[in-house]
Amino acid sequence: MKDLTPGMIVAVLEEVFGPAVFWAMVATAAIVTLAYLYVLVRDRSMSMRKFLMAQLSMPFGAVAAVWFVQVMTHSSHRDLGGPIDVIVYLGVAVIGAIGAAILVYTLQSLLRGAPKQEQER
Amino acid sequence: MGDFNLDRRRFLTLGALGGGAAAAGLASASNAGAAPVKTAAKILILGAGAAGTALANRLSARLDGARITLLDPRQDHYYQPGFTLIAAGLKPAGYSVTRTADWLPRTVDWISEGAAEIDPDAKQVTTTSGKTLGYDYLIVATGIELDYDAIEGMSLDLIGADGIGSVYAGPDYAAKTWAAMDAFTDKGGTGLFTRPATEMKCAGAPLKYTFLTDDYARRKGTRGKVEIKYAAHSAALFSVPIVNEKARMLFEDRGFDVTYHHVMTAIDPGRKTASFRTPDGTTEIGFDFINVIPPMRAHDVVKNSPLSWKTGKWVGEGWVEVDKHMLRHPRFPEVFAVGDVAGVPKGKTAASVKWQVPVIEDHLVAQIAGGEGTMAYNGYTSCPLITRIGRAMLVEFDYNNNLTPSFPGIVAPLEELWISWLLKEVALKATYNAMLRGRA
Repeated sequence: MKDLTPGMIVAVLEEVFGPAVFWAMVATAAIVTLAYLYVLVRDRSMSMRKFLMAQLSMPFGAVAAVWFVQVMTHSSHRDLGGPIDVIVYLGVAVIGAIGAAILVYTLQSLLRGAPKQEQER
Repeated sequence: MGDFNLDRRRFLTLGALGGGAAAAGLASASNAGAAPVKTAAKILILGAGAAGTALANRLSARLDGARITLLDPRQDHYYQPGFTLIAAGLKPAGYSVTRTADWLPRTVDWISEGAAEIDPDAKQVTTTSGKTLGYDYLIVATGIELDYDAIEGMSLDLIGADGIGSVYAGPDYAAKTWAAMDAFTDKGGTGLFTRPATEMKCAGAPLKYTFLTDDYARRKGTRGKVEIKYAAHSAALFSVPIVNEKARMLFEDRGFDVTYHHVMTAIDPGRKTASFRTPDGTTEIGFDFINVIPPMRAHDVVKNSPLSWKTGKWVGEGWVEVDKHMLRHPRFPEVFAVGDVAGVPKGKTAASVKWQVPVIEDHLVAQIAGGEGTMAYNGYTSCPLITRIGRAMLVEFDYNNNLTPSFPGIVAPLEELWISWLLKEVALKATYNAMLRGRA
């Protein structure tokens, strides 16, 4: 690669997914992030019950992310050939796990409402 | 289960977890280039392949008022690095095909004709319909002619039948080659792999396809019935010594039968044999599947023009004579050559084009502005050398046969890695497309 500028990375990502899908993904990530921040601000606390559910979803998110990358690239576990491959592989899993946790926590918070109501139940 | 309250620090930490996902979107996609140079120069680009299209886009962004004309008869644009993936059954033929018109800026005048004659003394080009186009600056980006006629008995209509494949010929031929290779690896027999003695585009491709055929036979459990023969044109598998040595080791590891100094001259589809010129005379090798790679040359219009090399080893191949660092013609300073047609020792890949295009842009724009460019092309060439489906070696090198890794210490150039495969499968086409648009 000659120059790896942020603008070029965005240009490349736009080509990978197509501009519409790429910016839809960015928007989705932004919306989920904002919703997550919203429930944190709204609740002024983290519900450990919701956090436990979120943690339980992490392995599924990790497996799903790795599966998605492997299917999209016609590859499998046996293709890991060096340290960088293991790092990338684990990185994909970690991103999937964190993404799933944030998504699950946010969805629970939005669906179940503020913690006061939950405690009353 | 209790809750815990958030202090500001914890809050920020939790927020950052989600914020990372959105961070990529905050980067600006704008190209912060220099102010456009005002000019009325007439710039003629021959060829709308990777190099011609990328330059058309970049020059139209850098020059204000220039009249840029592009000459190319083909309506379709081919993403040629995808041919290997098509011929490996991983992508459909359409994967490599787009419309030329979709890549060109509106300010560029595209004439869908070929060039019939180049007259650099009069600074004009005659098109195939007889139209005469004058220019102030000429960029030759006509690519390569695949000389199938140079192999006796070979023609394009043979591809796909009788175990004859040819990955380079085009997306449809790559798909036909896959059908032939798929049938071969089901059944078994002798697979014969060749490369020409001329300069060629992506000299790693013949090796890749040999590896891929081997991989399919292993996956299908037929490797025991498959014999793989590789006929190298010289004493080496690859021109860069350190890469050649690695390729030799991998070929040995995979159990390929390699013969050196074998240049294919003829094919007999009926008898399923190929003839080779060797130092000891002509020899024949039988095949059940063959990947024919024809000799490659510049198109006649370039070869027969005053622009081509008139001395040295490339006289017969007709590449444009240029300074290997500036890509400018030594006798006609307003003429540049870029991409496969440039008569330089390395650099017949799309990755090379990516490095050559900014150099020509720099020198051409500086020349128009009355100055001198400063950039130089160092021969950079990149070859994601696929060694099986799921693994590749990201081989990058320059004129001096030095390895020039993009990610030193992270992505090892001579190791078979999954990440190098990911780069080839996912990032390469995207980078190529961004390059076509002048954005990478």
